[in-house]
Amino acid sequence: MHSFLDFEQSVAELESKIDGLRATQGMGGVDIQDEIKRLEDKVQNTLQEIYENLDPWRKVQVARHPARPKLARIIDRLIEDYEPLAGDRTFGEDAAIGGGIGRFNGRSVVVMGTEKGSTTEDRLKHNFGMARPEGYRKARRLMEMAERFNLPLLSFVDTAGAYPGVGAEERGQAEAIARAIETGLQLRIPFVAAIVGEGGSGGAIALAAANRVLMLEHAVYSVISPEGCASILWRSADHAKEAATALRLTAQEMERLKVADRVIEEPLGGAHRDVDGTIDRLGAAMQNALDPLVVMDGDRLRQQRRARFLALGQIESGMAAE
Amino acid sequence: MSWLTDFVKPKLRALVRADVPEDLWEKCPNCGQMIFQKELEQLHRVCPHCDHHMRLGAKARLDHLFGAEQWESIALPEVPLDPLKFRDRQRYGDRLKAAQSKTGLKDAVLVGAGDLGDVPVVAAAFDFGFMGGSMGIAVGEAVYAAARAAVARKAALIIFPSSGGARMQEGILSLMQMPRTVIAVDDVKNAGLPYFVVLTDPTTGGVTASFAMLGDIHVAETGAVIGFAGQRVIAETIREQLPPGFQRAEYLQEHGMVDIVVHREHLVGTLTRLVDLLIRPVPKQEALPAPEKPGEPAAEEDDPNRIVPVDLAAENGAGMANGPDEKAR
Repeated sequence: MHSFLDFEQSVAELESKIDGLRATQGMGGVDIQDEIKRLEDKVQNTLQEIYENLDPWRKVQVARHPARPKLARIIDRLIEDYEPLAGDRTFGEDAAIGGGIGRFNGRSVVVMGTEKGSTTEDRLKHNFGMARPEGYRKARRLMEMAERFNLPLLSFVDTAGAYPGVGAEERGQAEAIARAIETGLQLRIPFVAAIVGEGGSGGAIALAAANRVLMLEHAVYSVISPEGCASILWRSADHAKEAATALRLTAQEMERLKVADRVIEEPLGGAHRDVDGTIDRLGAAMQNALDPLVVMDGDRLRQQRRARFLALGQIESGMAAE
Repeated sequence: MSWLTDFVKPKLRALVRADVPEDLWEKCPNCGQMIFQKELEQLHRVCPHCDHHMRLGAKARLDHLFGAEQWESIALPEVPLDPLKFRDRQRYGDRLKAAQSKTGLKDAVLVGAGDLGDVPVVAAAFDFGFMGGSMGIAVGEAVYAAARAAVARKAALIIFPSSGGARMQEGILSLMQMPRTVIAVDDVKNAGLPYFVVLTDPTTGGVTASFAMLGDIHVAETGAVIGFAGQRVIAETIREQLPPGFQRAEYLQEHGMVDIVVHREHLVGTLTRLVDLLIRPVPKQEALPAPEKPGEPAAEEDDPNRIVPVDLAAENGAGMANGPDEKAR
């Protein structure tokens, strides 16, 4: 059932053996329960070994895994009474960015995020999570709605980046992203963002100029894709692995650089092995991040967000090398 | 052989160079015509044959705006160098040093303060020659320093981006300059001061998608490339030819992203008029009331020439948006 990454081949083989054994079960003869148990233990050990030692490039693969938790599933599991909202009131509706209002642990919130889609048809509909200006303008609308009704704002980011297209440029992709960042920074309501899979450049920061930024354990956050970086600096996308290392794009590096406030542990073998379990942990972490924010007044919230971003990359914040 | 190659050859080369200075003429990258260097400098690097606007370095840009030696350099803060210890085929540290010795700059932005007409202005100029004007921590800090100087001096802020976008070698910290520079220019706007962007060739990527698209007024130099995504990336994504004039200043104006497209010859005049209009709502000529008692100057609050927007901002509290503890950061 799983789609396996190339470095998970040993797991794939073990699991297909287990499936084979299960299929023969009940056909009489030897007791195979012990064998199944032995193989399952081996799967766990192998997964542990692989996932404890993921290099940055493998992390990128995990972050892009097709079965990574998607916005629709996250909302379905965490948000009650959800009402999706649509459109930027200027040009159109962009399905690459979803959002609306609902209840999170009983409290009314505004939710927004990028949606990559789960099936081929779905992915096309959502443009693989790459938004156009309409999407960022809708996000801005949602932010302003949160502000107007004094509701906390939750943002879930999983995008390769903003869509590079002629229409997107003509309708002001850059301006739409800039305004989304600006609006996020000015809010006087609690704003928590989570990088769930890929945090791709401007398209990610547009939805993540938040009071608290959380990241899933194997999520990545980067100014450019490793392939893009490699093709510019190494003159070949074949050097993506080296670029991924040089860019330091892992959640762990983000925490060290204070770009992420907290890293949320994923199940053994990555979020795609237990999507609902991952979403539950994500929900608990979002609530934890929200708790101290909901008691702060608007000016303080805005002030905290400003200070948070202004402090990044400063000498006094311990940036001067490891 | 050693005497010939080590001693005679360099001497000969030096002689040849002295006779024909390489920089006497410059070839226009657009029309290919040779231009006499002195003429090109007088025209502020606009080709007299085809009107192509060549890039101006940061110092040349500030000289053009304020007049040579008519501006004060604003000191820029120290920043961590090479925070990620980034290395591609070359060390980032080495690339930085090479860019510094090539341009004589510490990083890609210079900030200067001076007057346009007699209105105080702080200007930040990008130097494309410094690693493509890319935005890392130093550039973000320069923009923030420019904004703070503008607020402190009650001056208009003018930024001249010329940048390929974020500086990859600073990884995520370069991306974080997008919110940081947005905060910077919003401080200027919240203080009631005008913030102008002069989009020069090229303005792309994370620079466009942050402070460069948030000006009160967007001026663009004739023919400048302005956009978010690179043209090659777009062409590869859509697998079609790009429309003529795509991402040029005039194209952006047609699509509502730029207010004014201006020839460099008229740029300073345009900016001078704009800052004067916004910062001095009452014309200067009317603003000289006869003193009630001869020899006694008019009271300051009666002087319509005083720069008003900041005072207005302070009155309605907008100027306090930044909070007092900001300075302690």
